[in-house]
Amino acid sequence: MPAAPPPALVADDLVKTYSGGRKAPRVRALDGLSVEVPAGIVFALLGPNGAGKSTTVKILTTLARPDAGNARVAGIDVLADPDAVRRAIGLVSQKPSSDPMATGRENLELAARIQGLSRADARARARDLLDRFELTDAAGRLVKTWSGGMSRKLDVAIGLVHRPEVLFLDEPTTGLDPQARAGMWAEIARLSAGEQVTVLLTTHYLDEADHLAQRVAIVDHGRVVVEGAPEQLKSALRGDAVDVGLASVGDAAHATGILVRLGLRDVVVEGTRLRAGADDGARAVPALLAALDDAGTPAASVTVARPSLDDVYLKHVGHTLEVAA
Amino acid sequence: MTATTLDPQLTGVRVRGRRGSLTRHSAFLAIRSLRALRRQPAFAVATLVQPIIWLLLFGALFERVVDIPGFDAARTSYLEFLTPGVVVMTALFSSGWAGTVFIEDMNRGVMDRFLASPVRRGALMAGTLAYQAATTIVQTVVVLVVAVIAGARFPGGAAGVGVTLASACLISIIMASFSNALALLLRSQEALIGVSQFVVLPLQFLSSALLAATLAAGWVADVARFNPVDWAVVASREALSTGTDWSAVWSRLGLLAGLALVMAWLGTRAFRTYQRSL
Repeated sequence: MPAAPPPALVADDLVKTYSGGRKAPRVRALDGLSVEVPAGIVFALLGPNGAGKSTTVKILTTLARPDAGNARVAGIDVLADPDAVRRAIGLVSQKPSSDPMATGRENLELAARIQGLSRADARARARDLLDRFELTDAAGRLVKTWSGGMSRKLDVAIGLVHRPEVLFLDEPTTGLDPQARAGMWAEIARLSAGEQVTVLLTTHYLDEADHLAQRVAIVDHGRVVVEGAPEQLKSALRGDAVDVGLASVGDAAHATGILVRLGLRDVVVEGTRLRAGADDGARAVPALLAALDDAGTPAASVTVARPSLDDVYLKHVGHTLEVAA
Repeated sequence: MTATTLDPQLTGVRVRGRRGSLTRHSAFLAIRSLRALRRQPAFAVATLVQPIIWLLLFGALFERVVDIPGFDAARTSYLEFLTPGVVVMTALFSSGWAGTVFIEDMNRGVMDRFLASPVRRGALMAGTLAYQAATTIVQTVVVLVVAVIAGARFPGGAAGVGVTLASACLISIIMASFSNALALLLRSQEALIGVSQFVVLPLQFLSSALLAATLAAGWVADVARFNPVDWAVVASREALSTGTDWSAVWSRLGLLAGLALVMAWLGTRAFRTYQRSL
């Protein structure tokens, strides 16, 4: 097995404070935030507004300097060599980052030329990206006439124009309608496969992090409270809920004994339904079905409910994620 | 993906030298602004009509003013006297708005995207200054042509026109740098326009743009000696008239060029203050 590639991003103990106004204490936006992002994956920073996600992105993209701590992006120190970092990254900020008085194609070509592509390369790259994001039909129109979803896709295309190693997506779907949001999800899911790019995504949508990211860090009050693969975080909650439906009420007592023998916890009987907890529900089901069959009390239905990222969030932050609409 | 640095073979992206990129990036950004201007024909026309109205309106209003002692009515008509004043005034007022482009870019994510890209801050500044200078050149030519059609004659000829263009562009660069710096520091359209207007009018009236300095209160003439608007007006007027005092022209052009450099540098420094607030 080859050695693991170096991480695409490392933030080490970042601290950033802002003036809180006259005589007010300084606001501590980042309070020792550390995170490490392996190359080639989609990584989500999840947390409410004000948790420190955007401040982290500003520091990693060289827009802001931390008060303390340091960070490396694509192996380059953001404080020592910001210019080299800027060549290696793409930024899609929270706000629309295209020029409304230019066409989609002009936006892409300008971004490409600024990143050092020749005129011919810029033109070819713009054509490819317009095609890929299905924006070719609108490419010649001024961006101010585009829909929110289209203009957001253009923002992502602009961020990718120079084939960056790391792409920052700061709340890419905030403010989009559900259909545009689904479209954006599909694009992001294709990114890591198609472009060999590491994506750092910030979001306050749990389902977005769950759906898109291979790893998630939950950020609260300027620090990472827990980090891991979404499945791993949910497993750590110990317990899928296993729900077994039986053919008749008379089977319940016997079936309960089987569940207990197979190591399921907290078995509860409600008529023909048995509910229990399992460390890994999906793994427990085949043995459970076989045992019930052998005992002559076959299951009519079995469902396994995984804990959601919501439950993970609740456990680590102590309250549910309230999202301002 | 194991490469940790950008491999040109892998990415197909050629990274060019930083020095050459300053000029090229400035050109890209200036072209971007000119293209946006072309797409707003009403605004483009207004920027040309306004100076013509000033020229003809002030010219008619103050037509007999040259008969007052202090003017040399035999040497110049008021229209001829006024033309350099309107040229410089137009450059000054137009450039006062320059920073609004930065504010719009900041309100969208465009500024953040530029600042997180290899574009140098100097190129962001130089691009808008080049755009302002380009519009000033067009405005100046239009004002001169309209003045000639209205009967003004400029014995200074091509050299006079060249000096007029240079003075107007330098004033434009000075004011646009100031406006851009205000945009980066204040980050508010209203505040920018408020401060800019507050500065522009006194600069305009504490100069010989509309009236000979000898006609104003003594202190006005004293202040005007330190006013870049007056340097530009005097250089242009002197170069357009007969018997040009070239030392007066060159000294003022030199002062304007020096101030333009300082202001453009200060404007570029303002990016640091802006980024500290991010």
